[in-house]
Amino acid sequence: MIEALELLTNTSLWAAVLRIATPLIFGVLGALLCERAGVLNLGIEGIMTMGAMAGWLTVYLGGDLWMGLVIAAASGGLMGLLHAGLTVPLGLSQHVSGLGITLFASALAYYLYRLIVQVGETPPTIVPFKPLDIPGVSDIPILGPILFNQTAPTYLALIAVAVLAYVLTRTPLGLAIRMTGENPHAVEAQGLDPNALRIGAIVAGSALMGLGGAFLTTAAFNSFFPEMVQGRGWICIALVVFASWRPGKALIGALLFAFFDAYQLRLQTVVEGVPYQLFLMAPYVLSIVALILVARRAEVPEALMAPYRRGER
Amino acid sequence: MRLERRETVPLALVATAPLVAILAALVLAAGLIGAAGVNPLSAYGEMLRGALGSRLSITEMLTRATPLILTGLAAAVAFRARLWNIGGEGQFYVGALTTAWIGHSLGLPGPLGIAVLMVCGMAAGALLHAGPAFLRLRFGVDEVVTTLLLNFIVILFVGLMIEGPLRDPLAFGWPQSVPVDGDYRLPDLVPRTRLHIGLMFAIAAAGVVWLVLTRTVFGVETRAAGLNARAAAFAGISLSRTIMGVALVSGALAGLAGAVEVMGVTGGVTTTMSPGFGYAGIVVAMLAALHPAGVVAAAIFVATVFVGADAMSRATGVPSFISDVIVALSLLTMLVALLFTTYRLRR
Repeated sequence: MIEALELLTNTSLWAAVLRIATPLIFGVLGALLCERAGVLNLGIEGIMTMGAMAGWLTVYLGGDLWMGLVIAAASGGLMGLLHAGLTVPLGLSQHVSGLGITLFASALAYYLYRLIVQVGETPPTIVPFKPLDIPGVSDIPILGPILFNQTAPTYLALIAVAVLAYVLTRTPLGLAIRMTGENPHAVEAQGLDPNALRIGAIVAGSALMGLGGAFLTTAAFNSFFPEMVQGRGWICIALVVFASWRPGKALIGALLFAFFDAYQLRLQTVVEGVPYQLFLMAPYVLSIVALILVARRAEVPEALMAPYRRGER
Repeated sequence: MRLERRETVPLALVATAPLVAILAALVLAAGLIGAAGVNPLSAYGEMLRGALGSRLSITEMLTRATPLILTGLAAAVAFRARLWNIGGEGQFYVGALTTAWIGHSLGLPGPLGIAVLMVCGMAAGALLHAGPAFLRLRFGVDEVVTTLLLNFIVILFVGLMIEGPLRDPLAFGWPQSVPVDGDYRLPDLVPRTRLHIGLMFAIAAAGVVWLVLTRTVFGVETRAAGLNARAAAFAGISLSRTIMGVALVSGALAGLAGAVEVMGVTGGVTTTMSPGFGYAGIVVAMLAALHPAGVVAAAIFVATVFVGADAMSRATGVPSFISDVIVALSLLTMLVALLFTTYRLRR
């Protein structure tokens, strides 16, 4: 018991929280942007897998790490464009299309990986992003290792939270996107094209999801392997609801979630006699519990999952 | 160009939609096969040969189609009522685990034991799906996310059980559950192959589902709930009772798939016994346009792709992941094809 509490004073735990939260932050922001424009994007799990593969492959083939992130975002955006094409102008079921995108994007990622990379006993590796080491700042006791010793994409994720929050709440574009998710007819009345806004939001959101996947292969680990996204995409979908579709709350949700995940990993080493699978279940159980807690007062965007066809109600 | 709703949905269009969708998926995937430096036509030839070229390969394909028919039915029943059960994978595993656990030491004669075990597998799947359905009805929690997350929880739970209480001591350290008693192994349908009478059970299940959906009050209520929930409620249909009923039936079908797979093929349970039967079931259901008879045909198509791709991969070196690409693509193309059965393009 004492040992379990002692873990909380360990700086490596708190440094791990930000690291574990990073792909979730990207993913939840991406899903949130799509949903704010009125489109559920269940392609997220596959888009993250695609981003993980594309980012890793770019670096493996000689590209620079930042180029890897760009390619990951672009590949995510491309998959998002496919989802947008099916759900916005064609107005197909967002549930089924999203699942189809997830199945397609992950299968395509595995296929291309196997096609290009010779996999032997162990998967090939790349040199991933290194933790920042700012002289003076990174050496500050406690705060230094937690806040100033992360890899570059983690800071990019935090910046993305601020940018998305600003754009959504403080700019005309953000207002238009939010209105598209609430009442596309009103957007049309303003002389804007709700479907164009939706397509744009899905592509941008999916690019963010791609970045989340790429973090796994270019910063958290150094190789790509099947099933590595492990339901993080689905957890992000749950986090969006938990965050009431707000970027700031999404950050808090991702951090809270990452804290429990980091803590259970360490708890496994001090608590004996409990099967490790019970600890691994915790994140998924927690997501379901979070959904139940907020479900009653969820402020769902009014037009979420309602396709918009001009002249059709 | 814009979409205009058709006044009637021509049956011929609905019947040809899956064929067009599959053709489109194969054409799109051909580009990827070409990228591997292999002629797509000869690759598809290898695939057909691998899945349908011999008596043995046909029985292998049908063995693979058996659980797909059942998970496909599970998805079709739920989707008809707009209940998005994506938890077929988890329901398959609880059905399999329950069957292996009870079937290991059940003191009943063969056929009766098999019947009891099928009911147990169905009950396990139904019970697992009742959770998300209850959360949706009581708290308004979206069942897509909960059923998806439950898949991960269930697979971890299976891992826990087969490394712990249900571990097979005779499996040489390989994590595998105790097997079902030999009396409860399903008899072969074709001697000296893996094909078992579970295929007949799956086809019978499709028939029963079809009868229930078209000939009973429950079936009509299901369809009404899916077509227009508000109108259905106005007509006096208890939506929550219908949705819960659909959830139980859907979960039971996926659980039955697990039970049949254990008794017919694997004997015991491993965490890798399903190559995504639950997820592929969704594709099967969509390709079938949610029709039970179509499910059987669509399951045979998906099984052909899976079994054929393995053989094709061995012969040509094209990564076998191409099967997942083809199956996923056919889901997307089917969605578009279905749209054009209800809408038409107008200038």
